[in-house]
Amino acid sequence: MVLAGLREVAAEGGSRALWRRRSLWRWLAIGLLLTWLILPLVPLVIWSFSFSWFFPSTLPSRWGMRAWEYAFSPTASVLPALWDTIVIAGGTVFLSLLIGVPAGRALGLHVFRGKRIVEFLVIAPTIVPPLAVVLGIHVVFIRLGLADTVIGVILVHLIPVLPYVTLVMTGVFANYDPEFEDQARSLGAGWVRTIWYVMLPAIFPGLMVAGLFAFLISWSQYVITLLIGGGQVQTLPLLLYSFARSGDNALTGALSVIFILPGLLMLLLTSRFLTGRNQVIGGIGR
Amino acid sequence: MSSRFKILLLLTPALFVICVLFLGGLGLGLARSFNYMPVIGLTEPSFHAYIAVFTNPEFYQSLGLSLYISITSTVISTVLAVACALLLRESFAGKRTVTFLFQLNLTIPHVVGAVAMLFLLSQSGFLARIGYLFGIIDQPSEFPEMIYDDYAIGIILQYVWKETPFIGLIALAILQSMGDDYESVARSLGANRWQRLFYVIIPLITPGVMRACIVAFAFTFGAFEVPYLIGKTYPTVLPVLAYQSYTDVDLTLRPEAMAMALVIALISTILIVAYLRVSRRFVRFD
Repeated sequence: MVLAGLREVAAEGGSRALWRRRSLWRWLAIGLLLTWLILPLVPLVIWSFSFSWFFPSTLPSRWGMRAWEYAFSPTASVLPALWDTIVIAGGTVFLSLLIGVPAGRALGLHVFRGKRIVEFLVIAPTIVPPLAVVLGIHVVFIRLGLADTVIGVILVHLIPVLPYVTLVMTGVFANYDPEFEDQARSLGAGWVRTIWYVMLPAIFPGLMVAGLFAFLISWSQYVITLLIGGGQVQTLPLLLYSFARSGDNALTGALSVIFILPGLLMLLLTSRFLTGRNQVIGGIGR
Repeated sequence: MSSRFKILLLLTPALFVICVLFLGGLGLGLARSFNYMPVIGLTEPSFHAYIAVFTNPEFYQSLGLSLYISITSTVISTVLAVACALLLRESFAGKRTVTFLFQLNLTIPHVVGAVAMLFLLSQSGFLARIGYLFGIIDQPSEFPEMIYDDYAIGIILQYVWKETPFIGLIALAILQSMGDDYESVARSLGANRWQRLFYVIIPLITPGVMRACIVAFAFTFGAFEVPYLIGKTYPTVLPVLAYQSYTDVDLTLRPEAMAMALVIALISTILIVAYLRVSRRFVRFD
């Protein structure tokens, strides 16, 4: 058996030509992969800096900053939409952390009866498309005066966001040792101080990741904002679609770049926390 | 304070949100699909909406298109993702760049992905221009139709572009936590490269990858924004059809929209059950 293993090792490592051919294939594969990942983003960036770019020119015949100047001009609808998107994403992050952190603590630290049902309820909204849910909510939101308002939009954004925050925090609390809290309590700290000085510093990295996921999921919502916002609440994705449909490619390109930036920024800030260890990473960009 | 009471207290806000917004939305949709909504004077439940939906050929066309898009894109993404994970597991120069691009892709909203595919693949898009540059085509109409086309190629490519990194990073995480031990044993028992791949690696990563697949499938099945921008108007995918019926000027179509939304939710629920069963049946490595 050992001999067979050795023979295999010899066969694999022995032939230099084979090794070189394999490495060539690998480089080809990596090159293709890189191209495939980057290529779709290239036209977006070029379009945003184009002034005129007609078929069949490979590159714009005239470059220009028109799209960017327009995007940041006070008369355009881009800045208000950017502000609304940030307010909605910020509100969603705040609420989802406020609600999701305690739930994550319960699920990560404790075993209790009915835990499977709770887990099912938490996972369900990650699989059932939010559109199917929001069509039913719409009528009630109209009656409650929540339709066409920023608050209404924040509330429906909680549906896709909260499960991911809860799942991240469950993972964080599964590796958390509550004994430290007991020690703080025995030294005379009240529960507010215990949470502030013991729990929060310990869960901080996880809290950051959960918050950033929440931000990105809210940031990219389209159809539920369209339904509940009723055209009164204009967020970036809605604006992006109306530009894309109107055929102003330069402006669409510039807006796409603006739209990608927060994700890029956050990735640079948190990439050391992101390991792809659980399905939660799938939540971003949804 | 008893521990059970404390757990309940921690879970209450999250359960409240999930029950009211998520289950409430589904429940209201269900009531409305039976045309039953006492608050607006509808007190006679009926099956009209379901009969109308299930006898409408357009519904079956849309369902078929949705399933075709989700199945095709999930299968392609899974195969590519496993290949990418195997590639990224080995060490090579520039590995960090590729991994970073994988993660970056996850943060890009599908809305932007759809716009990117529009600019890249349309008949006067970036690829068509490159085709012209190399003398492959002379005019836009010679470039293959991939946007608003019968086979939904642009939509599928967009999903593959987004889902490959998602499934790939999960597969990579499983491979890394698995270590080399199993392969070393297989190697010492005389298994060659392909035998190790098919009898050792693939069975070991299957549970985790399967769950990622289910999430990807459920997402693409219920997604709205990509087909809404770059898909054909007739037939369209099920979520877009439901949305169109809901926002139609003819308000009597609303119960049908709800019925379709619930069909989407039902298919997704079957997927959650599948997801949980897959999770429990296999040994977990992640």
